[in-house]
Amino acid sequence: MDDFLTRAALAGIAVAIVAGPLGAFVVWRRMAYFGGALSHTALLGVALGFLCGVQPGLGVAFVVVAAALILGRLNGVKGLSLDTLLGIVAHAALAVGLIVVATLDGLRIDLMGYLFGDILAVGADDVMWLWLGAACVLTALVKLWNPLLSITVHADLASVEGVPVRRVELAFMLLLAVVVALAMKVVGILLVTSMLVIPAAAARSFARTPEAMALFAAVIGAWSVGMGLWVSYVYDTPAGPSIVAAASAFFVVSLFKK
Amino acid sequence: MSTQRKHKSEDTLLEAHDVVVGFQGHVVLSGASVKVRAGEIVTLIGPNGAGKTSLVRAMLGLIKPSSGTVTRRNGLSIGYMPQRLHIDPALPMTVRRFLQLGTKPGLGKTQKALEEVGADHIAQTPLQSISGGEMQRVMLARALLREPELLVLDEPVQGVDITGQAELYRLINTLRKQRNMGVLMVSHDLHVVMAQTDHVVCLNRHVCCAGHPEAVSQHPEFVALFGAEVASTLAVYAHQHDHHHDLDGHVVAEPCEHDHG
Repeated sequence: MDDFLTRAALAGIAVAIVAGPLGAFVVWRRMAYFGGALSHTALLGVALGFLCGVQPGLGVAFVVVAAALILGRLNGVKGLSLDTLLGIVAHAALAVGLIVVATLDGLRIDLMGYLFGDILAVGADDVMWLWLGAACVLTALVKLWNPLLSITVHADLASVEGVPVRRVELAFMLLLAVVVALAMKVVGILLVTSMLVIPAAAARSFARTPEAMALFAAVIGAWSVGMGLWVSYVYDTPAGPSIVAAASAFFVVSLFKK
Repeated sequence: MSTQRKHKSEDTLLEAHDVVVGFQGHVVLSGASVKVRAGEIVTLIGPNGAGKTSLVRAMLGLIKPSSGTVTRRNGLSIGYMPQRLHIDPALPMTVRRFLQLGTKPGLGKTQKALEEVGADHIAQTPLQSISGGEMQRVMLARALLREPELLVLDEPVQGVDITGQAELYRLINTLRKQRNMGVLMVSHDLHVVMAQTDHVVCLNRHVCCAGHPEAVSQHPEFVALFGAEVASTLAVYAHQHDHHHDLDGHVVAEPCEHDHG
């Protein structure tokens, strides 16, 4: 087993174990499109990072968090649903991001790496950062779990029962933004949503409690990373897409579970 | 026999005073005042769009009234049963887990609450596969687990068949007596409401009339709103006294408070 493969597996699993449980909430709250829109704004963050001369990762975190805060407040504009609006924002952000990146003179940016992930190129410090980020997100999610679940079931009821609905929702948006920034490293901007949604969806048929579904989603995500990397290594396929394809295979299998 | 005189003001659990609710500059409810006391059932009735739910939401603190005040007694614990509850099919959740969302009761307590509302047989059933009536009972159980002094019910019998409706109202009434809870309820069911309520507030974007059900059903504005026929059948429901009413509802037992111009 090569070193770069071990690093890739460690990085991928770090992302999978946070994307699974958070993805469960994305599925329950019907926010798949929201996650997609967030991730598409990430390329703008990359460009911003280069423009300001800071780490692209920082730029991504900044832009995605800002997008989460803005989009999280929207409920639709001028009679257009949030769904439509997110579709616009996602692709507008991607287009503008591509334009800005293309106009950055003298810098060679690995566009494919950002769009589809570059997990085989992660360094030891990347792995450390990913695990650190994952640990922070998981800790926060454990603290948020019950209020967030309560809000997901019925926001008004939760509010009457004393849950600070706005604050919990805001915290969730921020966690989502962080996970998008983390997952980008592994599967790239265009496939980030899949790490959130597919393992969680695959876990649904096997779970009878919300907690079990979150746990299964993490496990399925981790297995997908392992399988995807193995396929990528053996057949020389692109790693990020192979991971997503593996997760999708899990989902298809889950459909046959009665 | 007005409920007003039977209670002292310290008994007041929740009170809306001159509440105005508007959405985007459009007033849906103006100048509504309602008071709920311990052990008393107050029911809001009125046609669709009368502002019943808006008033309840304002009283619960879910929306901010444009003007007016809502006062609740210090440390008041409220059990709330929302109009409907839709759970995404993707969220696996049993009835028991649902009950543990609002408070952290032990297994024994959740079981007892389910028994109280007659739904103990579905503790392990996924929420998505129980019937409308069972859902209402489960939501009632969740509200009861908070040991509420005030129960707020927004159309509690929605999606429940006729026999189930009467049963559910009886259950609410029994629980209220056992626990001396105040109950604030929104309802469409004029018949049952009239029979089981201490105080009726008839809304139509403002308080049309309020008072004892018997009196309200005689009120000209009530009659205008629901029609003379409805009003007279309701009067029969509300009381079985020795006098009777003609179709115009002219026999008014006692005048009800009438607070609008």
